[in-house]
Amino acid sequence: MIVEIGHFALILSLFVAALQGTLPMVGAHRQNQSLMAIAAPAALIQFALIVGAFAALTYAFVTSDFSVMNVASNSHTAKPMLYKISGVWGNHEGSMLLWALILAAYGAAIAAFGNNLRPSLKVRVLGVQSLIATGVLAFILLTSNPFLRLDPAPVNGNGLNPLLQDPGLAFHPPLLYLGYVGLSITFSFAVAALIEGRVDAAWARWVRPWTLAAWCFLTAGIVLGSWWAYYELGWGGWWFWDPVENASFMPWLAATALLHSAIVSEKRDSLKSWTIFLAIIAFGLSLLGTFLVRSGVITSVHAFASDPTRGVFILLLLVITIGGAFALFAWRGPQLKGSGLFQPVSREGGLLLNNFLLTVAAASVLLGTLYPLFIDVLELGKVSVGAPYFESVFVPMMIPMIMVMGIAPFLKWKRGDFSSASAKLKFAALATIIGGLLTWALIDRASAFAAFGIALAIWLFAATLTELAGRIKLFQVPLADSLSRLFRQPRASWGMTLAHGGLAIAIAGITASSAWKVESIQVMKFGDQVNVAGYTYTLKSVNEFQGPNYKGTRGTFIVTKGDDFKLTLEPEKRVYTVRAMPTTEAAIHPTFLGDLYAVVGDKDEKSGGYITRLYFNPLVPWMWVGAMIMVLGAAVSLSDRRHRVGAPMKSKLVSGGAPAE
Amino acid sequence: MMKRKHRRLSFVALGILVLAAAAALILTAFEDNIVFFHSPTEIVEKFAKHELRPEQRLRIGGLVEEGSVSKTADGATTRFKVTDLNKSVVVEFRGLLPDLFREGQGIVAEGHYNNAIFTAREVLAKHDETYMPPEVAEALKKSGQWKPAEKKK
Amino acid sequence: MNRLAYYIPLVLLGILAVYFAAGLGRDPKSLESVLIDQKVPEFSLPPIAGSSKGLSNTDLKNQVVLVNVFGSWCVACRVEHPFLMDLKEKNIVPVYGIDWREPDRKAGPRWLKKYGDPYTLIGDDPISKGAIAFGVTGAPETFFVDKNGLIRYKHMGPITAQNWSRTLKPILERLRKE
Repeated sequence: MIVEIGHFALILSLFVAALQGTLPMVGAHRQNQSLMAIAAPAALIQFALIVGAFAALTYAFVTSDFSVMNVASNSHTAKPMLYKISGVWGNHEGSMLLWALILAAYGAAIAAFGNNLRPSLKVRVLGVQSLIATGVLAFILLTSNPFLRLDPAPVNGNGLNPLLQDPGLAFHPPLLYLGYVGLSITFSFAVAALIEGRVDAAWARWVRPWTLAAWCFLTAGIVLGSWWAYYELGWGGWWFWDPVENASFMPWLAATALLHSAIVSEKRDSLKSWTIFLAIIAFGLSLLGTFLVRSGVITSVHAFASDPTRGVFILLLLVITIGGAFALFAWRGPQLKGSGLFQPVSREGGLLLNNFLLTVAAASVLLGTLYPLFIDVLELGKVSVGAPYFESVFVPMMIPMIMVMGIAPFLKWKRGDFSSASAKLKFAALATIIGGLLTWALIDRASAFAAFGIALAIWLFAATLTELAGRIKLFQVPLADSLSRLFRQPRASWGMTLAHGGLAIAIAGITASSAWKVESIQVMKFGDQVNVAGYTYTLKSVNEFQGPNYKGTRGTFIVTKGDDFKLTLEPEKRVYTVRAMPTTEAAIHPTFLGDLYAVVGDKDEKSGGYITRLYFNPLVPWMWVGAMIMVLGAAVSLSDRRHRVGAPMKSKLVSGGAPAE
Repeated sequence: MMKRKHRRLSFVALGILVLAAAAALILTAFEDNIVFFHSPTEIVEKFAKHELRPEQRLRIGGLVEEGSVSKTADGATTRFKVTDLNKSVVVEFRGLLPDLFREGQGIVAEGHYNNAIFTAREVLAKHDETYMPPEVAEALKKSGQWKPAEKKK
Repeated sequence: MNRLAYYIPLVLLGILAVYFAAGLGRDPKSLESVLIDQKVPEFSLPPIAGSSKGLSNTDLKNQVVLVNVFGSWCVACRVEHPFLMDLKEKNIVPVYGIDWREPDRKAGPRWLKKYGDPYTLIGDDPISKGAIAFGVTGAPETFFVDKNGLIRYKHMGPITAQNWSRTLKPILERLRKE
């Protein structure tokens, strides 16, 4: 019964969404107050209905109601409660319902907290948001209904794909969707602004926190997914440039660009049509990601259930949504003239250059991801574009971007002075050169590239610190004054310092882990010793054990270094009983300088030993920590009063020396 | 007025410069890093005709031949045959195979082919066991084993 | 010129959409449709362990039958399995099985013993010979073979009460009337 109520609520929500997407829009056009008044309550009702539908599906999963096909195909009674719940979105139908839920949640947030928005803008934002919801809900009900019954009901279910039975992956989709779908709000703002033909500072001030929130979730989601791949796939890698990964990375690049161009639009009344364009493509790339993952047009090692009919539907959704927005953009875009002019050497100039680099990088990732499809459609053969392509294209584009990231905050708005900026940066430049040379000379003379990567990380870190020091007038005023200035820094500027500093730390981790990784594959018998990067691994035992819903094999390694370092690593191999599907659980011990990483494989029948794979992954923890600092930076900036929705907004003109935030 | 035009020009020039550099990067990267997919039959035949060279990176796909999986002396290298049921190719891979690697399963391997041995750098099997990689399906179709039946009409 | 630049995104999206549409049409799963209305290709599969007769194309004659590809490892096969049992118990249509890619010889028989055997005859297909004859890309898949031994329809994914009554049963009835 509860399942039927959920199904009914979902159907109702489609009608509510369709109404909310049309009537208030007509109302806003004709200045009809009573039609416009529908929008906000409708958004709240729509949200409540989808919450009901989602709760009903969750109930079916928690109570293991196998008469629901979705539950029968994706759950099992012998499954821990956490995975019964995460099983709700661990499948296509449920994950699309989550998508719709988050979409409606953002709409409801605008309806509830957007009271100080211009009424016509608010109504149009809600209208556009609801039109997207109409498409997504129709997609769910017509092609991917999670509430279909199964008659007769099977005695037990098929279990969740064991790879997904992992705490990391349980929360990866919700975070990622909060990010993806969060970009729908900026998209709705962009389309609403195009309909109104008006982009002002108030508009940009609204867009910024929403972009920031979406960016924060998206970053966290990508990092969680990457971390999962790192320890669950047992290959010691953390990023494979797989189409599914790229699908989340492209919107991230676009959102990062949007975040920065929105600053220019707000503070300088400039780059307006560029900001609108980025808002459209950021959400467009999110939809594209959904399309790529769900339609199966592109082969990926992450094989989710894919279905061409669903693909056609999502493609239509993509073309209508983004095509419509681009058509509006072509029509109204040229009218969006900004008043703020600036010189090429200025803070706007720096932000624009980096925006451009980010966008081009996103385009190059898109091209690489889609290239196999193009070749296939043109019947030129089957090809794959692997990591080497992405690395050789993406990395060179990021190098100038990071250099500019160091300088741009020192340039003034409108007209910057290159020589005074470089004078302030002489210490950072010195640290960079010394750090790079030391890395080259002491650590690795073979790879100038790695030294360069480390130097870039130092540059960004030092420049970010110099900028902070300049803001608190360190060494120019008494130290106590500097400290009190430090605590009075606006949170938005802390956000920039943390995000840029975090990126610097992550770059060091990325460079080191790709340049100096140590890998050792061999067959080991009990008592055998292998040396990896100065650590001695001894295979002590391999035991079988019974987990809650799997059979496991656990290898025990004793790792020693010198006299005072000793620890145990216990990697596992698991075979999940319901699906007879094996998975690998790597054992990882993070240290300051890198991860000790061990995987145990199959038994070698001839020698009686086990295949083992041992890694030393240098500075990998730095990567996770750096990424977490970036997320923290976004969160801190989001908590700034100036970003808080509903807070009184002073429109202030920022003078030259203000931070870029 | 002149100044404004000047400024605009410098933006456009910079934009074009970045675009051109990016295009050059992308083109060279495509040239060097695109890996073409071949069926076992194609690999055997194209090497016989010298249409492919040992230094080229290739992808091969097919089914792991029943009973062909063995370990070499060092124990960590696996040797198996990949077949499209027409021709088969010996593949060697050092390291841990994907969890879903089994005989009879469709797999895709990436590496180099030299002296009648395909040395794989990477072996991919799908995360989902009910799935046949499209490349493998393609290879089977090409080998004629898929029986794509002549058009009747 | 400036105004025209604003149309670039729209044009690019259009080009992309054309490629996507073409890509969807070329989905490898549609490869097997070439087999529709063709004779069942020749194949002969040995019996599964514990059974005496296997399955070959000559068994599929003179009446409308279903050929179902399954495996004990296959998740969705479990979903449709009770329905196949139902077809057998109510004597609706004979179902022939292709036991595909079992990890070992005993896995298939064990699975059938546990859940019941809905099949008239079963061929053991560890190395995908039968599956390739039918152009199978995944399991479960079900083929409708008519009186003349022609493949007439292919159903991908589990058979459910719903898709049976909506799509598959009418097809069966139509084929019987021919």
